[in-house]
Amino acid sequence: MRNAFLRTAVGAGLVLALAACGGEPTESTTGGGAAAGGDTIKVGLLHSLSGTMAISEVTVRDAELLAIEEINAAGGVLGKKLEPVVEDGASDWPTFAEKANKLISQDKVATVFGGWTSASRKAMLPVFERHKALLWYPVQYEGLESSPYIFYTGATTNQQIIPGLDYLKEQGKTKIFLVGSDYVFPRTANKIIKAYAAANGMTILGEEYTPLGHTEYSTLTNKVVQAKPDAVFNTLNGDSNVAFFKQLKSAGVTAESMPVLSVSVAEEEVTGIGVDNIVGHPVAWNYYQTTENAANTKFVAAFKAKYGAAKVTSDPMEAGYNAVYLWAEAVKKAGTTEVEAVKKASGGIALERPEGLVTIDGETQHMYKTARIGIIQPDGLIKEVWNSGEPIKPDPYLKSYPWAGSLAS
Amino acid sequence: MEGILNQLPIGLSIGAVLLLIALGLTFTFGQMGVINMAHGEFIMAGAYTAYLLQDFADRNAVLVALPVAFLVAGLMGLILERTAIRHFYGRPLDTLLLTWGVSLVLQQVARDLFGAPNVQVLSPTWLQGALGPMPYNRLFILLLAVGSVVAIWVYMNRSAQGRRMQAVMQNRQLAATSGINTGRVDQRTFFIGSGLAGIAGVALTLIGPVGPTLGTYYIVDAFLVVVAGGLGQLRGAVIAALALGLLNSYAEFWTNASLAKVIVFAVIIAFLQFRPQGLFVLRSRALT
Repeated sequence: MRNAFLRTAVGAGLVLALAACGGEPTESTTGGGAAAGGDTIKVGLLHSLSGTMAISEVTVRDAELLAIEEINAAGGVLGKKLEPVVEDGASDWPTFAEKANKLISQDKVATVFGGWTSASRKAMLPVFERHKALLWYPVQYEGLESSPYIFYTGATTNQQIIPGLDYLKEQGKTKIFLVGSDYVFPRTANKIIKAYAAANGMTILGEEYTPLGHTEYSTLTNKVVQAKPDAVFNTLNGDSNVAFFKQLKSAGVTAESMPVLSVSVAEEEVTGIGVDNIVGHPVAWNYYQTTENAANTKFVAAFKAKYGAAKVTSDPMEAGYNAVYLWAEAVKKAGTTEVEAVKKASGGIALERPEGLVTIDGETQHMYKTARIGIIQPDGLIKEVWNSGEPIKPDPYLKSYPWAGSLAS
Repeated sequence: MEGILNQLPIGLSIGAVLLLIALGLTFTFGQMGVINMAHGEFIMAGAYTAYLLQDFADRNAVLVALPVAFLVAGLMGLILERTAIRHFYGRPLDTLLLTWGVSLVLQQVARDLFGAPNVQVLSPTWLQGALGPMPYNRLFILLLAVGSVVAIWVYMNRSAQGRRMQAVMQNRQLAATSGINTGRVDQRTFFIGSGLAGIAGVALTLIGPVGPTLGTYYIVDAFLVVVAGGLGQLRGAVIAALALGLLNSYAEFWTNASLAKVIVFAVIIAFLQFRPQGLFVLRSRALT
């Protein structure tokens, strides 16, 4: 009996040890609680490092760590080094709120870079507003939001979804089928798409949502094929894209017969989906690994040097990378990390970034960004086929679009 | 109309996927009563086996991986049974927590070994294309499911080992007094059940994502099939999987994916009110 107990105890210990090494060097890089006055500035990184969203968010954290490393190598900010405090949101929205609270109250970080899904951002928003702390959110989203304590470094709808629709219209694709994951981003995005379609002579043949993590797409594919649209507008998120494109391909749908324009599939996701299954389909973003300029050459080289030559860079990673630089620039301009001063100093800051010129719009705290439509190539990278020519002014509430009048209420 | 007709083969193929992921559980959960939350991770191990074998077999990795994944997942199951689960027999709640912990550990191990993003498993070129509304890869999964069921049936009913397995399942004490080494039978049952999960994992690479959280997408459905079919009942699992597949297919066709899930759950809950034992009940004189 004693023997059995011993073995069980050893087994449990082994499990614990495994769990401990499984944890990656992610959490709690901090020593004590309140070291705000030291010779480092603490910044929080809050992404899902486990769960269904880890697939996407881990690389954003990697890009943010790279930016912090580069800034430190160049002397830091205000003469102090940046010290990252990494937390795991675990793909669970209440956890995001809880960890945000911990970063602000306990670690006393100067700012937080974090989030991916809109659900996680919406969960964190009240925390940041209550503490009057700053969140830099690095992912394209559905717009219709402008918190005074969030900076949005990804695209809002008029910098991604509307250019994507402009592109489809230009290509003569007027009958559209909408496919999305069942949560706030796809549902809001599709509301905007329907308003756009009504004003631009496009028809929406169908609108389907699947739960996050859904993997069975044969029925949905059948519905899409039966409706015979010119194109599909895809706002699926996460692993569902893999199942969707694999099953679409085996149903005989090709990029020529029915292009599927995605707004959540970037270089990172293409490998997992399988290039075979998605080659030739269009995507809409603001940045691709192939975007040509000096800042991007440097970013891609640095990222591959740090994380491996096989790694690719993508739009959300670049937006996360930018966020750290933009915040650092605002802190330098303000001469302090104090939130209100940083906010005041941020307006008009313009940096040459891998995606081109990025300017902070002080009023909405969104960025001026260039929209780019790309086609997925057989090598898994994305080739730009269309861009907006100049950075588009962010318009999260679509005030400058007459057809969108009813949306922003 | 064509759409409605197409849903029939789609329902069958959803049923085949459900059957494949649940087959292993009819052994470990159905026969041994072990609520193995790590079953999904054995499925994941099978999928990653196919991924790794691409280095040797290129596009035919899926074929080569079938037997290899059976062994890999089977061995993982055997190790889990020997080192941990056997100390928890008769304590279903503890087993549930234990195996859930193991599943989290395995997910993180996969994340550390292969990275958090999904990996690419190329499907064989001869599986591209479709027979009417039925893509070849779905047909392959259907045949694989049928093949597995036949193989298990033959094993259970025509081999001495399989009959011993049934004896232990029907009345453990009596089997033990008849001289059957129940511990060894348990090991074998767990090996086969886990191995079947590995095979399911290989098949899933054809249609779904291959990543560390793969198992979590299928584990609930797998338990649903086993519970609805009746514990330890092969034919129950077959009928339940096909019925759930068809129900899923038509419910989603006429409503949407989110509502279809609700409908399927509601139907199962209602069904279990009338038949708490599932479709088929194991008749046994064991005093349990």
